[in-house]
Amino acid sequence: MKIAVCVSHVPDTATRIKIAADQKSIDPAGVSFVLNPYDEYAVEEALKTKEKFGGEVVVLSVGGDRVKETIRKSLAMGVDEGVHLKTDEALDSFAIAQALADEIKSLGSELVFMGKQSVDYDSGMVGQLTAELLSFNSISVCVTFNLDGNTITAEREIEGGKEIVETSLPCIITAQKGLNEPRYASLKGIMAAKKKVIQEKPVASTPALVENLQLKMPTAKNPGRILGTDSSAVPELVKLLHEEAKVI
Amino acid sequence: MAKLSGVDYFSADDLLFEDEKLVRETVRTFVDSEILPIIVKHNREGSFPQNIVPKMAELGILGPTLPAKYGCAEMNNVAYGLIMQELERGDSSIRSFASVMSALVMYPIFKFGSEEQKDFWLPKLAKGEKIGCFGLTEPDYGSNPGGMVTKAERVDGGFLLNGAKMWITNGTIADIAIVWAKLNGIVNGFIIEKGFAGFTAPEMRGKQSLRASVTSELIFNNVFVPEKNLLPDGAGLKSPLMCLNQARYGIAWGVVGSMMSCYDSALEYAKSRKQFSKPIAAYQLTQKKLVEMLTEITKSQLLNIQLGRLKDGGKLRFQQVSLAKRNNCEIALDIARSAREILGANGILDEYPVMRHAANLESVKTYEGTHEMHTLIIGEDITGFTAFDN
Repeated sequence: MKIAVCVSHVPDTATRIKIAADQKSIDPAGVSFVLNPYDEYAVEEALKTKEKFGGEVVVLSVGGDRVKETIRKSLAMGVDEGVHLKTDEALDSFAIAQALADEIKSLGSELVFMGKQSVDYDSGMVGQLTAELLSFNSISVCVTFNLDGNTITAEREIEGGKEIVETSLPCIITAQKGLNEPRYASLKGIMAAKKKVIQEKPVASTPALVENLQLKMPTAKNPGRILGTDSSAVPELVKLLHEEAKVI
Repeated sequence: MAKLSGVDYFSADDLLFEDEKLVRETVRTFVDSEILPIIVKHNREGSFPQNIVPKMAELGILGPTLPAKYGCAEMNNVAYGLIMQELERGDSSIRSFASVMSALVMYPIFKFGSEEQKDFWLPKLAKGEKIGCFGLTEPDYGSNPGGMVTKAERVDGGFLLNGAKMWITNGTIADIAIVWAKLNGIVNGFIIEKGFAGFTAPEMRGKQSLRASVTSELIFNNVFVPEKNLLPDGAGLKSPLMCLNQARYGIAWGVVGSMMSCYDSALEYAKSRKQFSKPIAAYQLTQKKLVEMLTEITKSQLLNIQLGRLKDGGKLRFQQVSLAKRNNCEIALDIARSAREILGANGILDEYPVMRHAANLESVKTYEGTHEMHTLIIGEDITGFTAFDN
């Protein structure tokens, strides 16, 4: 079985972002980039699936030369080979999905993992778009994944609970936090990754369906609120922490 | 505390290879998730978190530059330095554990040991199944190790060892000690195993520094050491000094981690702490402190990368290691003190890492060659005059 995992190279969430002079992109100067955190769960699930059933894992990433770092990190975690779908243009979700779909088709892969969204542009569409372009099934926002023969059972996170669903291969799974505990890229893994192959393929031009007009920084955070001064405020506090802050 | 993305004012990252950056990221994440959440507790209790050893081994942090055939990662020295930097960003005690394992236990076995010794010990040490320590310093011989009184005498089938060592990191928890003793007046290295009759390693108590590290005495009372436990190629004082040079190299890198941690704490605190009309970061005196910290961190980073490239190119001179160890430890301590000043009274609490680093760095400045001894090493190199007393 050839398992594909699609990853994106995103600014580290600890980095302070500046908008570039064109008002449409991020100024990359001084920004450290990392493997998209949700894609880390996807890489881990792909590796676990391979360890269980055999086969090989191929990592795909669309972007400029910089994305090779993220491909290399996936290889260091244990992925077998990498494909760099090279483009220097900033593509929209549809064009990215088209590039991934073309490559997944030529790989002949029937099981694909990717993060539920990239933490840079957060469109959260690439998984489903790619599935549609390939006529694959798809399950999004998965917190558990189980493959038995041709049948996939997964749990999805939904508002206030979970949904258990079943489908069959070919399928694209998008990963949510909680799906697994991603492994570290060990030092030996990093050394082994130096010898693994990253194929470079140009991305065929796909016209953008969505145009990015402008990026804006978020408005400053609201000041704190005082809900009350005694125990009567507790239910409201718990409600807000759960529904608004989503920390409990 | 917010996740640290690293201090890199001069784009020093551009001087690093992809795999070196990946190693740093791995160890940085490891420190964020495994060390920072537990270190305050261990620092308070004065205990070493021994349960992290298998995790460190699994990542490949122990003996990372040694050949793959011993189960090691076979990385370069810049990657090794970055590992030390990230570990010390967590705590000097954790970096000290890894330094001792790599530079003072695995390195001498690799460099001076027999094939049998290497094949037997190195894989076990790399996997963290066995812990090691290094015994050179004695109660009365610190900067002057050549004066050591620990002695080995040849007896039937091996040697009889007598003497004592002090300030030994990992001593009490170690399965083996690389011990330096005089045999017929010449310093030689021996592998002393836990359980050898007459060998004890009591822990030293009352440290106000490196509290999350085990520091011990090693006492040898007529310890019989079999012939096979002598390091065959380790004769001469230069052998332990070569080991120390490895350790100093790691320290030069390590303390940059503590600098980053202190700087990061001070910067974040200064931006949020309001006094009079504005955050203290908006006042000139605080800005000057922060700028001086950043400047010194930047210089140390660049110094270290070139130090590592020289080492990887086989062109490194031990005096250059002395310069980097001497400078970086001094600066790290200055930065910790400035950071403490910026944090005001909060700086003394262990809610912030600053005081812990400051206390640790007092040891780091002194061990593996004091600041003063490194001054004399470089002084001799540039003037041609030895200022050591013979």
